[in-house]
Amino acid sequence: MVSTRLGRRRFAGVLGWRPEPGSSLWYLQRDRIAMISLGVLILMVLLAIFAPWLTPYPDQGRGTPNVAEKLKPPSLAHPFGTDPLGRDVWARVLFGARTALIAGITIQVVSTIGGTVLGAIAGYFGGWLDEAIMRVTDIFLAFPPLLLAMTVASVLEPSLGNSILAITLVWWPWYARLARGQVISVRERDYVKAARGIGVNDATIIVRHILPNIMSPVLVQATLDLGAAILTVSALSFVGLGVPPPTADWGAMVNEGRIYIQNGRWWVATFPGLALFVTIMAFNLLGDGIQLATSPKARGVS
Amino acid sequence: MSRGEYLLRRLGFGLFVLLGVLLVTFVVSRVVPGDPARLYLGPRASPEALAQVRERLGLDDPLPKQFVKYVASTLQGDLGYSFRTKRPIIEDLKVRLPATMELVILSTGLALLVGVPVGVLGASRRGKGFDQVSRILTIAGVSIPAFWWALLLQLVFFLWLGLLPLGGRVSQDIQLHHPIQMITGFYLIDAAVTGNWIAWRDAALHILLPACVLATYPLSLAVRMTRASMVEVLSEVYVTAARAQGLSEREILFRLALKNAIVPTLTIMGLVFAYSITGAVLVEIVFTWPGMGSYMTDAILNKDIYVLFAVTLVVTVIYIFVNLLVDLVQAALDPRIRIGRGGEA
Repeated sequence: MVSTRLGRRRFAGVLGWRPEPGSSLWYLQRDRIAMISLGVLILMVLLAIFAPWLTPYPDQGRGTPNVAEKLKPPSLAHPFGTDPLGRDVWARVLFGARTALIAGITIQVVSTIGGTVLGAIAGYFGGWLDEAIMRVTDIFLAFPPLLLAMTVASVLEPSLGNSILAITLVWWPWYARLARGQVISVRERDYVKAARGIGVNDATIIVRHILPNIMSPVLVQATLDLGAAILTVSALSFVGLGVPPPTADWGAMVNEGRIYIQNGRWWVATFPGLALFVTIMAFNLLGDGIQLATSPKARGVS
Repeated sequence: MSRGEYLLRRLGFGLFVLLGVLLVTFVVSRVVPGDPARLYLGPRASPEALAQVRERLGLDDPLPKQFVKYVASTLQGDLGYSFRTKRPIIEDLKVRLPATMELVILSTGLALLVGVPVGVLGASRRGKGFDQVSRILTIAGVSIPAFWWALLLQLVFFLWLGLLPLGGRVSQDIQLHHPIQMITGFYLIDAAVTGNWIAWRDAALHILLPACVLATYPLSLAVRMTRASMVEVLSEVYVTAARAQGLSEREILFRLALKNAIVPTLTIMGLVFAYSITGAVLVEIVFTWPGMGSYMTDAILNKDIYVLFAVTLVVTVIYIFVNLLVDLVQAALDPRIRIGRGGEA
């Protein structure tokens, strides 16, 4: 819908690669908002990777305090100011990008794979196995995700791994349900029947013939949810159930800066929150673009 | 499938899920941690107290027996004790729940009242400026971390403009000089019923920011879902027919099309409510709103972990109940649903 008038610049064309006109990718690369979002996300990944070289204070980014310079407002030396322990907020934001991206991507990859495999097994075999897997899925879907993640995380020791674990536990059921529906729609196709007929075993049929054909809706959904995963990680850190200090984490940083807002030291909480907002927004705008590009109806063809 | 049969199946499914939810909280609270008694009492418990709790919770019994006892006591409203407030959790919740519900109901109302009309307009002006702006704004609305958004609004409306209070439910001098008489626990209703308008105004000013922050996510969701189902309805033949017959655009949108789009829009109710009640946890911390969210975060800080289980359980039960209600109302409104299978799609 945004695509028709706007997308003059062929983003992918620069790389010497041009999607077929009319394909989903072709629509996507003509969506300027989606392409800008993709650019922002690539920039975020680069900032995270090269964090130690993008600040004069990499050890402060990793957590070393510098109390002599605590709570300094933004200046040339400290563009985002300094936090209550005197650490450069820009350096902390850079290193926080690592935490956010690693956590978000891990949750998304593990839940997508785990959920899809469970859903595929349920949909392919049917019967009691299907019933069992899907009823467990129903139970997990009944919980408000953030609340169950908070409860699980509070039982475990606070660490990045455990907060990832807690969120993954509430994240997979959506993909199980989605994958099951998809598998049921391809289960009776001729190529699956043919494979079964010549005696290919079930595991091979699922991995080689079914999964590749149901992956695109699952991957679209996974991209759409990456922003939400990062948001949930930060919410957990905000209430004190995420990465323990001194590791930089955007949600925890907003929480640290919260009490300083009242006496006007706005920078401590504002910049990490802004980084969080920009990243999540970029993921969601890109996801929205992908959804538009892959659904002919939303594109306005109908 | 008849209406009665659908009703029964849907209720049965609700009960099954409830039991499953209890099983999950049981496993997380009693089986996952090494010593549940220590978890129950917190880090500084004495050996005698630990032994007492182990006795009371029956932690030496076989697990199935423990589970049956857990379900029985939970269904009787025994959610355990908070070792921080030294009171039964259910008593604490009775005070906390109305505060959270006042916030959640207000923001759900706000989300639907603003969200549905904006979604309708977006669908009717598809691809135009209004629709584009609402697309970007609603994506911003679902992307912004509630706890950060709350801080930004505090910065602007409290610190810079000085228009609104920082947090809490009422000011201290109102509490002293014009106390609100407790009837329903909803301050806005109680103050209005007793004609205590000074306190009402104060309570309204206090609830404004938290309600707006809490409404942001569900409002954006409501706009997007209403728009999507309206776009579908507007492409139907009968809409074209109505247009050909000369019905005004407003009649087509709000009478004809919205009536047919309202069933999918209703599902939003359940979702919006669920998001509001979870989001309340984060919003309450920032605005020191004395509801279930603050109760929960205090519990996190103090390792008062059974409070977390209790809050999660109560919220999940409310959530299951609202979804059940939405499904039943939907089935009553839309004859097609009764033909399909109960529970899931």
